[in-house]
Amino acid sequence: MPEIRVTPLGAGQDVGRSCILVSIGGKNVMLDCGMHMGFNDDRRFPDFSYITRNGRLTDFLDCVIISHFHLDHCGALPYFSEMVGYDGPIYMTHPTQAICPILLEDYRKIAVDKKGEANFFTSQMIKDCMKKVVAVHLHQTVQVDDELEIKAYYAGHVLGAAMFQIKVGSESVVYTGDYNMTPDRHLGAAWIDKCRPNLLITESTYATTIRDSKRCRERDFLKKVHEAVERGGKVLIPVFALGRAQELCILLETFWERMNLKAPIYFSTGLTEKANHYYKLFITWTNQKIRKTFVQRNMFEFKHIKAFDRAFADNPGPMVVFATPGMLHAGQSLQIFRKWAGNEKNMVIMPGYCVQGTVGHKILSGQRKLEMEGRQVLEVKMQVEYMSFSAHADAKGIMQLVGQAEPENVLLVHGEAKKMEFLKQKIEQEFRLLPDAKKPRLLHGTLIMKDSNFRLVSSEQALKELGLAEHQLRFTCRVHLHDPRKEQETALRVYSHLKSVLKDHCVQHLPDGSVTVESILIQAAAHSEDPGTKVLLVSWTYQDEELGSYLTSLLKKGLPQGAT
Amino acid sequence: MAAHLKKRVYEEFTKVVQQQQEEIATKKLRLTKPSKSAALHIDLCKATSPADALQYLLQFARKPVEAESVEGVVRILLEHYYKENDPSVRLKIASLLGLLSKTAGFSPDCIMDDAINILQNEKSHQVLAQLLDTLLAIGTKLPENQAIQNRLVDVACKHLTDTSHGVRNKCLQLLGNLGSLEKSVTKDGEGLAVRDVQKIIGDYFSDQDPRVRTAAIKAMLQLHERGLKLHQTIYNQACKLLSDDYEQVRSAAVQLIWVVSQLYPESIVPIPSSNEEIRLVDDAFGKICHMVSDGSWVVRVQAAKLLGSMEQVSSHFLEQTLDKKLMSDLRRKRTAHERAKELYSSGEFSSGRKWGDDAPKEEIDTGAVNLIESGACGAFVHGLEDEMYEVRIAAVEALCMLAQSSPSFAEKCLDFLVDMFNDEIEEVRLQSIHTMRKISNNITLREDQLDTVLAVLEDSSRDIREALHELLCCTNVSTKEGIHLALVELLKNLTKYPTDRDSIWKCLKFLGSRHPTLVLPLVPELLSTHPFFDTAEPDMDDPAYIAVLVLIFNAAKTCPTMPALFSDHTFRHYAYLRDSLSHLVPALRLPGRKLVSSTLSANITPHEDPSHQFLQQSLERVYSLQHLDPQGAQELLELTIRDLQRLGELQSELAGVADFSATYLRCQLLLIKALQEKLWNVAAPLYLKQSDLASAAAKQIMEETYKMEFMYSGVENKQVVIIHHMRLQAKALQLIVTARTTRGVDPLFGMCEKFLQEVDFFQRCFIADLPHLQDSFVDKLLDLMPRLMTSKPVEVVKIVQTMLRQSTFLHLPLPEQIHKASATIIEPAGESDNPLRFTSGLVVALDVDATLEHVQDPQNTVKVQVLYPDGQAQMIHPKPADFRNPGPGRHRLITQVYLSHTAWTEPCQVEVRLLLAYNSNSRLPKSPWVEGGEVSPQVETSVIEGTIPFSKSVKVYIMPKPARR
Repeated sequence: MPEIRVTPLGAGQDVGRSCILVSIGGKNVMLDCGMHMGFNDDRRFPDFSYITRNGRLTDFLDCVIISHFHLDHCGALPYFSEMVGYDGPIYMTHPTQAICPILLEDYRKIAVDKKGEANFFTSQMIKDCMKKVVAVHLHQTVQVDDELEIKAYYAGHVLGAAMFQIKVGSESVVYTGDYNMTPDRHLGAAWIDKCRPNLLITESTYATTIRDSKRCRERDFLKKVHEAVERGGKVLIPVFALGRAQELCILLETFWERMNLKAPIYFSTGLTEKANHYYKLFITWTNQKIRKTFVQRNMFEFKHIKAFDRAFADNPGPMVVFATPGMLHAGQSLQIFRKWAGNEKNMVIMPGYCVQGTVGHKILSGQRKLEMEGRQVLEVKMQVEYMSFSAHADAKGIMQLVGQAEPENVLLVHGEAKKMEFLKQKIEQEFRLLPDAKKPRLLHGTLIMKDSNFRLVSSEQALKELGLAEHQLRFTCRVHLHDPRKEQETALRVYSHLKSVLKDHCVQHLPDGSVTVESILIQAAAHSEDPGTKVLLVSWTYQDEELGSYLTSLLKKGLPQGAT
Repeated sequence: MAAHLKKRVYEEFTKVVQQQQEEIATKKLRLTKPSKSAALHIDLCKATSPADALQYLLQFARKPVEAESVEGVVRILLEHYYKENDPSVRLKIASLLGLLSKTAGFSPDCIMDDAINILQNEKSHQVLAQLLDTLLAIGTKLPENQAIQNRLVDVACKHLTDTSHGVRNKCLQLLGNLGSLEKSVTKDGEGLAVRDVQKIIGDYFSDQDPRVRTAAIKAMLQLHERGLKLHQTIYNQACKLLSDDYEQVRSAAVQLIWVVSQLYPESIVPIPSSNEEIRLVDDAFGKICHMVSDGSWVVRVQAAKLLGSMEQVSSHFLEQTLDKKLMSDLRRKRTAHERAKELYSSGEFSSGRKWGDDAPKEEIDTGAVNLIESGACGAFVHGLEDEMYEVRIAAVEALCMLAQSSPSFAEKCLDFLVDMFNDEIEEVRLQSIHTMRKISNNITLREDQLDTVLAVLEDSSRDIREALHELLCCTNVSTKEGIHLALVELLKNLTKYPTDRDSIWKCLKFLGSRHPTLVLPLVPELLSTHPFFDTAEPDMDDPAYIAVLVLIFNAAKTCPTMPALFSDHTFRHYAYLRDSLSHLVPALRLPGRKLVSSTLSANITPHEDPSHQFLQQSLERVYSLQHLDPQGAQELLELTIRDLQRLGELQSELAGVADFSATYLRCQLLLIKALQEKLWNVAAPLYLKQSDLASAAAKQIMEETYKMEFMYSGVENKQVVIIHHMRLQAKALQLIVTARTTRGVDPLFGMCEKFLQEVDFFQRCFIADLPHLQDSFVDKLLDLMPRLMTSKPVEVVKIVQTMLRQSTFLHLPLPEQIHKASATIIEPAGESDNPLRFTSGLVVALDVDATLEHVQDPQNTVKVQVLYPDGQAQMIHPKPADFRNPGPGRHRLITQVYLSHTAWTEPCQVEVRLLLAYNSNSRLPKSPWVEGGEVSPQVETSVIEGTIPFSKSVKVYIMPKPARR
């Protein structure tokens, strides 16, 4: 029995700070190295002392794998490699490698410059850390060392998100990271082959949810925006810089193109602009439509979407603006919101979840009068809409992935304990009957041992090679049957009975009065003493044992009445 | 020495052969025949290495072999096969044997023994596989010979145990193609060797090699196609294969399951792990639905396609495919569709989205939720959301087919189809609009659905908008608000895209006539009438106002109370529109107006239609043409032609017939004019002037006959004969004219011969129709044919001349349905004053958009012509993909034309027009004229004999600038 030990240092039964330690076949691999958004103390990073109390990280870990660029999956990386100290390889996909440092830098800026934290990692540390990264392609098998190999699969979710298969010898683990089984406007669906790992570690954010068709959501969104723009209103969409922002941009861009609309769309500069650049580059990671049409036109080369300038907010006429941050708690999106809130023609669309206490949460829960700093009261007359665009697999999607990969065991992480319980029960219920990949199979053959060599050959060949004649083993059995009619008629009755019962087998009535079923011979004869009883002689070879015994038991039950 | 001699003999022999081949005369083929095998033999003997031999064989394979020499070649090949040690050469020989046995006219049973023989001694797996392939070719060539087939099947069974997958593959293929269909009982009394092909193939469903498994399933499907009824037991085996590791196996297994479900739809199968039983077709449906979420998109496409044809499935299974059973945190949640429906039924409409509007409702029993094995659950929801558009299109198609057979399902799938109108790929959007149109009889659109549908009217793609107009033509709308909404959106569409005018008017016509009662309450608002005040009279030329009127007038047709709401100017506008847009505005019974014609026309059937009668009468009048003097005949013809032309302009439905007949009469008129007495009795010096006239007439008749033959759809054979006859007369006229004007006899020879060939050609083509041509020109000509063949050209001309002048007028039978091909270029509009500027020597792409009506096979016949001011003409062949077919008899050409020219000093106009290319030979039976099969049929048809312009030309302003150095 292979021993695989899994130790979650974070995101075991919660979300955030994803960090899982896997020991497989004597190798230690760290999967993801994230930070927790909810904490500002030591708890925001995984507790690496679990490893360091026994020695250095580099000695212990064979490699680190980062599944995608979200901070709760890679945020602790510079701290881990530079401050705690790790010099081994860090594997991630090319898009992740490109976008990850931007986000880390942004995170650092907010933590150090805005919140004024000390003892935080520096820009130089981010750079040094990224030097240790080894980028991998999809479906490329990377040999970390002689025994350990890893392979990335497409995961959807965000640009460059990947699932990783970790293999040592015949043992393997698949770690999904975050993934999405339904495609969206810019990314495809997660896909994995039937790799039958010993263990599948999957996220379970939406373990108890089955989501509605994304089309309704998209249609609603577009309709809302379209109506507001037609009315001459301004639409504000607060977003976070990466991920959903691009999806919504694509959605609006294609809609504008299709409907020939003229109202301008803006997005706030900064992070998004830089990120869009990478989206343009990594076309192979996007969905079918974008991949197929980029030769004519790269969909991320937005025609209708332009960079936003602060002065534009006061321009007359309709417009759509994407602004950061997503929860209206600060920054540009809040500024614009304050400008536009007073006009009932305008609209704000919240495309994601809002944390309690933010302006976003307040307006979503129906508050119409907001108290701003300086005792100002802002009356919200504009329309407030909520749209949920999420890129995690739902319960059905998780089951689908489990079905695709056919693992021996499933480990649920990155979700709530209670919800996992439900999914666990479901997985056990549905996949109990999964065919075992390594189940024994029946094989007919002969093992020849000669000159200390083993050879497995067919029995015919073995007989031929050894010059032996085949020994036939034949079973015979007599079945007494009460039937006053003649032997011929009895045989005929047996024939028609068997013919009706054994539909898949070839039943024949031979001219000499005997009946054959495949190679089994049945002959009817009158009983020497009692003419009212017929004796059926059934004879079969060893190879047909199964059918033969079935046949005798069948005949012993007698013939159906009325059958002729 | 002997060998040396032999070699020399062969060498000389080959030399001769090669010379003859250089001459290349198809009739001399016979001479080259014996050489084929011999040459091959020498080549193979000469070959020093396997590579050489392979080269010779490859060369040999490039040339066709005639049926008679196949056997010889086969012998040679077999001989070499036995000698050959190299497997690759043997492989090539085996494949050549297969190719040769396919030769038409060659019976391959003689080589079968040899083939089976060599099969037994063959060691190489690849060669074995190839040999089996050859046997398959032989077997398929001899479908009646049961003995041979049985023997081949035996051979295949023997090799099924081979270790190579290739050999097993071929064996299974052979079994599938040749395995006997009935469970025949073999005669031999040993009770063995009873072959049940199905069982044998079925055993290989669990082969270790996926390729063999696929081949086994394919063989099974092949058996089914050949008419063998598959056993139901296969179903279980096939179900196991659905979870195979390899996509090609799964894909084939899905097909097999589908086949079995169609064979035994009503059988009962148990559900594993429970005591319940369900119908097999339902079970299969569930399994195929499950495959819609397979890992491989090939399988998904296959599964989605097959779902569409499973119409016997129970309705509750069917409806599950659209239900995904949403939940959120283990609580049941309603889908957006359900919410929309509820909102609609509760009468509450404008709902601003609230936080938690979609909040989950009741708790779900955790045990009752099935996440994956729930069979049909949500299959279409997944299929329509798939990443690959191929899958989505397949799912939409399947949805369409199922909805057509089940009205209740149609009602349910509506929401999903409407959602597909917003797909990111245009093809998918278009497909779903078409699908919706097909099922529109079964459905009524709710207002919120209509809203979504109408939103697509703003799409920038013309195809989409037009498809949507077609859809609206046949939709049922439930409320008057719906109609109003549709009208408003269509008017919005009209202002945004004015080119859609005709399509929108047509759409409103149908919308009005389908919903008269819904339009009625809207009339005052639409016409903006007021009970007390007179309102301003709207502008009659406003397309939007016309659109509104079209809707109202068509509704008024079946709603007699409506005209009471009209104001005075509306009646005036009605009269105007009824005249100018008669195809859109129906005849109305208006109060206080005696519209005699309209009441009349409402009561009569098309046959009694006066215009139709008029057409018949005028044509009958022409029959009496013979009895008139030439002057009278000419006048009558001129009159009739004028009448017909006018009729065609007035009655659009008769335009085709009228034009067609008028053209024919015009030909006759030209002919009569050209043959006028006085023309032919003038003295020799005046010939030239007259003959100019006559030859011009001949030329015009030719052109007109080509138009008649190729520009009309629905022309039948009996008309074609008459047309060809007219053309023959024109050719005769040409011959006579040239004979009179040219000096010397030599050129006449060729012309006469050509003309006689034409006559012969005519006879061969229309041999069946000749009895109808009593007394005609050609009838007389054929009577004298033997004499003509032998006489001198001058005499021939004389005879032809007299006969042509005596020939009678043939009556043209009217075809049932005839339409003239026409084309309108929409783009370029030719109104731009800004020249297209481009650098000379480079090209500029010009978008051409045209609608074609009643054009048969436009892909091959329609061409674009560009005429440059310097007289240079350029013909462009549009790609087949540039043609779309939006409706019966209609086509749309959207293409790009590349223009280029040397530098001009100032901008100038080029003309763009459409041509109809024709080739009169394509109509004829091919076999006797295509010689030796050397010209492939495609080449033959693509030859353009001539072209007919059939659209107005459009002028485009262009300006090639000199290139800057």
